[in-house]
Amino acid sequence: MSDTHAQSVAFVRDTAIPAAPAPANETGPVKWLRENLFATWANALLTVAALFVIYLILSSTLPWILGGVWTTTSLAECREVLAGQTGACFSVLAERWNQLLFGFKYPSELYWRPILALVLLFIAAAPVLFFDLPRKLLIFTALYPFIAFWLIWGGSILVPIVALLGVVGGYLVYSRFVAQSFATGFFGGIVAALIIWYIGGFITEALAPANPMLTAVPSRDLGGFMLNLMLGVTCVSLSIPLGIALALGRQSSMPLIKGICVIFIEFIRGVPLITLLFVASVMLAYFFPPEANVDLFLRVVIMITMFSSAYIAEVIRGGLAALPKGQYEAADSLGLEYAQAMRLIILPQALKISIPGIVNIAVGLFKDTTLVSVISMFDLVGMIRGPILASTEWNGVYWELLGFAALLFFVVCYGISQYSQWLERRLATDHR
Amino acid sequence: MKKSVFLGALTVAGLAAGAAAATTLEDVKARGTLNCGVTTGLVGFAAPDANGEWNGFDVAVCRAVAAAVLGDASAVEFVPTTGKTRFTALASGEIDMLARNTTWTFSRDVDLKFEFVGVNYYDGQGFMIPKELGVSSAKDLDGATVCIQTGTTTELNLADFFRANNISYEPVPIETNAEAQQQYLAGACDVYTTDASGLAATRATFEDPTAHVLLPEIISKEPLGPLVRHGDNEWGDIVRWTLNALIAAEEYGVSSANIGELASGTDNPEINRLLGTEGTLGEMLGLDLEWAKRAIMANGNYGEIFAKNIGETTPIGLARGLNAQWTDGGLLYSPPFR
Repeated sequence: MSDTHAQSVAFVRDTAIPAAPAPANETGPVKWLRENLFATWANALLTVAALFVIYLILSSTLPWILGGVWTTTSLAECREVLAGQTGACFSVLAERWNQLLFGFKYPSELYWRPILALVLLFIAAAPVLFFDLPRKLLIFTALYPFIAFWLIWGGSILVPIVALLGVVGGYLVYSRFVAQSFATGFFGGIVAALIIWYIGGFITEALAPANPMLTAVPSRDLGGFMLNLMLGVTCVSLSIPLGIALALGRQSSMPLIKGICVIFIEFIRGVPLITLLFVASVMLAYFFPPEANVDLFLRVVIMITMFSSAYIAEVIRGGLAALPKGQYEAADSLGLEYAQAMRLIILPQALKISIPGIVNIAVGLFKDTTLVSVISMFDLVGMIRGPILASTEWNGVYWELLGFAALLFFVVCYGISQYSQWLERRLATDHR
Repeated sequence: MKKSVFLGALTVAGLAAGAAAATTLEDVKARGTLNCGVTTGLVGFAAPDANGEWNGFDVAVCRAVAAAVLGDASAVEFVPTTGKTRFTALASGEIDMLARNTTWTFSRDVDLKFEFVGVNYYDGQGFMIPKELGVSSAKDLDGATVCIQTGTTTELNLADFFRANNISYEPVPIETNAEAQQQYLAGACDVYTTDASGLAATRATFEDPTAHVLLPEIISKEPLGPLVRHGDNEWGDIVRWTLNALIAAEEYGVSSANIGELASGTDNPEINRLLGTEGTLGEMLGLDLEWAKRAIMANGNYGEIFAKNIGETTPIGLARGLNAQWTDGGLLYSPPFR
C-alpha cells in the first residue's frame, strides 16, 4: 500500500524541517513589548504617553539630583556654586546629617549606642519575624528591651536589671498560681512585679554610682529619625498584645470586661491622635507637680500605644468574626478550656486573617509618629521644620530636606509591607 | 461636721503647700539651670546651630538672665515650645520664663495671668513687593493681589488698613510661611504681608533678595517681649531689670568690649550703679552687685545682640527702626537705674 500514491505525489519529505528561528516579532524583548506595551492601539498610545510623562519627570529631576551640591555650608553658598544652573543643595543633608538622624542634643560621642541598639533590634526581631530560626533566640528577644533601654538612655545598669527582675518575679508568681485560677496568677504576678520594682527603686537610688558606665541621656535629648523609630517600634510591639487582649475582651461574655473594652475602644477611636498627644504634653503637666514630671517620651508612648491598640483590636475582632462558628464549637467539643482554645485554635487563624490589617495600622502608626513634632519633640520632621529651616544658613531648603524624610520613611514602610506579604504567602494554608 | 473637718484639712494642706513652695529664684538657684521657653525655631530669633547650640535674639535674653542669676550664661535649659504649648508650659511651671517672640496683648497679660516684663522687639505688620513694580508706598497698592495667612490677626489688620485708606485689594489665602514664599515667588500675588521681621527673614532666603523691597508702612503693633507667671513679682523684677540693663547699657555706651574698663569705676553714677560699683541695686533684687555686669558680658548690650542676630550685617538685615534707643528716635527706653 505504501506505493499507492507513488505516482500522484512527486516528493515525500523523509526528514524533519530544521527548526527555523521564531519570527522576530514573536520572540525575545520584541514579543514582550508587543504583548505588554503595544498589544492594542489604545495600549500603544498609553505606553507612549507614559513614556513621555516619565521623560518629563526624569528630565526635570535628574539634573536637579545629579547636579546637587554636597559640600557648601549654607544655602547662599550653594547658589553661588550653582551659579544659576539647576541643582539641589544637598549640603544641608551632609552638614545636618547627625541632627536629622539623632536630633540636635544627643551627645555626638555617644552615637554608637543608638546605632548598636538598632543593630541588636534586628537580631532581637529576627526570631519573632522569621519562625524558622531556632527558638532559643527568643531569650535574647526577651532581654532586648532592657538592653536597648540601657544603651539609649544610659545611666545606672541597676535600673534595667531591677525592671527585668520585676518582670521575671511577676512571671514566676503567675506561673505558680495560674494553675489554680487565672485571675490569682495574673494579679499576683502584677503585685509581685510592683513590689520588686518598689524595693528595687530604693536599692538603685542607694547604689547608683556617681559615674555610671554609660552616661545618662535625658529623654528630651532624643530626636531625629531615631525618635521616630523608637516610638514606632515601641508602640507597635506594645499595641499588638494589648490589641489582642482588647479584641478578646470585647467578645467576652463577662459584662464588666466587655464594657470596659468597648468603652476604651470606642472612646480612643473617637478622638484624634493629635488630641491625645496634646493631652500627653500639655494637660498632664497641670495634674502633676512640676518636680514629679513623668517623662514626656513615656507619656507619648502611652498615648500612641492606646491609640493604635484600639485600632488593632478592631482589626483582630474582624479576624475573629471571620472564623466559622464551627471552629469555636470544635474547640469546645475537644474539651479545651478558654485559654487553650484561643491559643491553639482561634487566634492562630484569626491573626492570620488580620495580618494585612495589622500591617496597615503599623505602617500608619509609624508615619503618625511625625505628629509629635507639634508638641515640640524634635523627631525627623520636627528637626526639619524647627531648627534646620529656622537657621539662617538653611532657611528656604524645602525639597531636599522633605524629600530625604520621605525617602527614609518609604524605605522602612516598604520593608514592613514586603515582610507582611512574605508572611501571608508563608502562612497560606488554604488550598486555592 | 465631717465635711468641715475635711475642708479644713484641705485648706491647711493647701496653705502648707503654698508656704512650702519655694520662689522661682530659689528654684532656679537650687536647680543650677534656668528653664527658658523658646520657639522650636525662628530665623534670627532662636534656633540651634549645627552643634546644637542655641543662638538668636530671644535666646540672648535667656542667657543674660542666666548670667545675672547663676553667673553662667550657658546654664540654660532651653525648652522648645510651639505656639500652642508655650502658655501652658509657662503656667504649669515647666519653664521659668518665656522668651518666644510673643506679642504683648491685653488678654495675654490679664486673662492668661502672665506678666510681660518689657519689650525686646517692636514688630509690626509690613508689606513685601517686587522692586520691578515700582511701588514705594502701601497706599499705592490699589487693586493689588495680596498673599496673606488665613485665620491670623494680620488678615484683620490688612482689611482695616485698606478700608481706612479707601483702596481695594484681592486676598490670596495661604496657610504657612513656606507656602507664601512659593506663591509670592511664582507671582501668584503682587504683595506678601506678615510681620516685618518675618518678611525680612523670608526675603533673606530668596535667590536675589535685592529684587524685593519692604514698604515703609507698618500697619499694626506687635510688641514682642519676654514674660513670666503671675504670682512671683521678685522673679518678674529680675527678668524685667535684666532686659532693662541690656537696653540701658547701650544707651550709656557700655558694651562687652569696654565693660571691663568701665566696671572699675567711672564718672557717670548711672553706669556705676548699673555695674555695681555704687549703690546696692543687686541686693534689692536678691542677687549680688555684679548681676548686670554679667548679664551684659553674656552677649553684649542690646545693640550688640541686635546687630549679631538680626541686624543689617546679617542675612536677615533688619534696620533698627522702632527698636533704636529713644535718644535715636526709637522706642527703647529703660527706666533709670536708681
